[in-house]
Amino acid sequence: MIEIKDLHKSYKMGSNSLHVLKGINFSVKEGELVAIMGSSGSGKSTLLNILGMLDELDEGSYDLDGVPIKNLNETKAAQYRNKFLGFVFQSFNLINYKSAMENVALPLYYQKVGRKERQEKALKYLEQVGLKEWATHLPNELSGGQKQRVAIARAMAAEPKVLLADEPTGALDSKTSYEVMDLIQKINDQGNTILLVTHEPDIADMCKRIVHLKDGVIIEDKKVEQVRASQYV
Amino acid sequence: MFNKDRWKEILEVLTSNWFRTVLTAFGVFWGILILIILLAAGKGLENGIKSDFGDIATNTMFMWTRNTTKPYKGLPKGRRFNFKVDDVQSIKDNIPNLRFVSPRNRLGGFGGGNNVVRGINVGAYNVYGDYPEIIKQEPMAITSGRFINYSDINEKKKIAIIGEGVKTGLYKKGEKVLGTYIKIQGISFLVVGTYKKKSNDGDGEEAQKEIYVPFTAFSQAFNRGDNVGWMAITANDGSSISNLKERIVTLVKENRKVHPEDKRAVGNFDLYEQYNRVESLFGAMRFIAYFVGVLVLLSGIIGVSNIMLIVVKERTKEIGIRRALGEDPWSIKLQILMESIFLTIISGMAGITFGALFIYGINKMLDMNGPVDMFVNPSVSLGVVVAALMILIVSGLLAGFIPAQSAIKTKPIDALRAE
Repeated sequence: MIEIKDLHKSYKMGSNSLHVLKGINFSVKEGELVAIMGSSGSGKSTLLNILGMLDELDEGSYDLDGVPIKNLNETKAAQYRNKFLGFVFQSFNLINYKSAMENVALPLYYQKVGRKERQEKALKYLEQVGLKEWATHLPNELSGGQKQRVAIARAMAAEPKVLLADEPTGALDSKTSYEVMDLIQKINDQGNTILLVTHEPDIADMCKRIVHLKDGVIIEDKKVEQVRASQYV
Repeated sequence: MFNKDRWKEILEVLTSNWFRTVLTAFGVFWGILILIILLAAGKGLENGIKSDFGDIATNTMFMWTRNTTKPYKGLPKGRRFNFKVDDVQSIKDNIPNLRFVSPRNRLGGFGGGNNVVRGINVGAYNVYGDYPEIIKQEPMAITSGRFINYSDINEKKKIAIIGEGVKTGLYKKGEKVLGTYIKIQGISFLVVGTYKKKSNDGDGEEAQKEIYVPFTAFSQAFNRGDNVGWMAITANDGSSISNLKERIVTLVKENRKVHPEDKRAVGNFDLYEQYNRVESLFGAMRFIAYFVGVLVLLSGIIGVSNIMLIVVKERTKEIGIRRALGEDPWSIKLQILMESIFLTIISGMAGITFGALFIYGINKMLDMNGPVDMFVNPSVSLGVVVAALMILIVSGLLAGFIPAQSAIKTKPIDALRAE
């Protein structure tokens, strides 16, 4: 699904440049649930941003489902993001003045799906995350865990090939974190490919594979026995 | 463009901060209101001045004789001379595109002594010997009886058409006028008609105190022979009298043996030139109205642009989220532009509506309090409203352009980090 070869990325900071990713080789197959771990400054967020086409790579290659991702203009990148990727952010990033359902329907709107179909689909995904009754509520009427579940529903609504989650539990207490992880695991069980960035070992243990990053290189890439979150819920 | 979600969003954004939206809209509202009022006031002044010209054929010149200032062909300078009746025919024959050539002789004048007598009433009035065409060059309403016709001219009938002002001076109220006689310098004329001239300016009263008699009868009665004191010459529509003036004057100078370079011998007044001067004055006034109005509007537009920039800044993160979710940058740009155009047009329409109401009110007041000198029916045409709308759409586009550009300038990754 994801093929990365010899990926380099550096940022210009004034006169000197900061080499963040120093040759990453990494691939993800369909249906995997991968945790990317590392301390801050290890380059894990940069890697996720490049995977999410929010940032460009300097060197190397990136293929997503056989499509080379290189030199995209903004319009093309927007199309690819919409079609291939779903994002879940640490701070939820819901749009405040839109109801839960409208938030979930947004990616479909950008795909120019008709109004009615959009609403039906949005409701379906809200139901999957258990928030159907909250469809008409605004984000500030929801708790943190509920917000993150709406965000996950939104990420899933466009039926992306890969779900990218940047510290999805970072702003949540541990009980709510496990609820969210339970949801993510269930989505993965349905065959969806998920990458998540975290620095919490217990969250990483709930994935099927852990990739450790340090100073811009992968120091460890291991398959693990998945801990089911449902036992904590 | 016309989809429900887009409009819903525009309304959501604009109504999220009512106070700010209304303040911003007020700038545009004010600008377009000033523009409309300035244009309407200019139009009112223009209507006022133009109604002073009344229905007078504006493509007209008047011409009279003065003393010569140069000797010519053995004739001395300082010689008095007159146009002759032949000159009228000569002008008609030699100058193309003329509609009317009306010769006139005149008795009396402003400040002259009493020259008209009826019974025990006397009065000082202008008495004109005229041709029938003069009524088309200097329009007047015949309030009773008739005006001069060619049979009067040919038969040299001693008849007179008197103004309403003459009537009140010489007759008692309700007294029969038509068929009575008045004595003009001792010679009796039969009154066959009365007239009233439309006029708004200060000469209004004077214009009603005139007496018109047939040119031929006048010449005979007052011993003018074949002399002509004054001529009113009107050109056909489509050719300007100002262009023909030089040829006419040259022709009569030649006929009357006046030195061709004697500039003072033939006096003339070109009404068309005056009219055009007034026209260009109003052209300039319209320009100033547009200029000032558009500048005021511009400051409103800058206000809109400023607020849109702030709105975009506030929504940086939201725009980042939308782009991460895959919204086309063009769609975001379009959204910002439409918000700006919508705000501009709505507030502009309010300005136009308010301006129209204001003009309506002014007209109502003018109607109630009677006419005001030099100010009649201030109004704006539909063309102006359409032009104003065009200006609004363009300015909405301009106001939204920079903010829209800045909305998609930030990379989504930076926009997402914004707080």
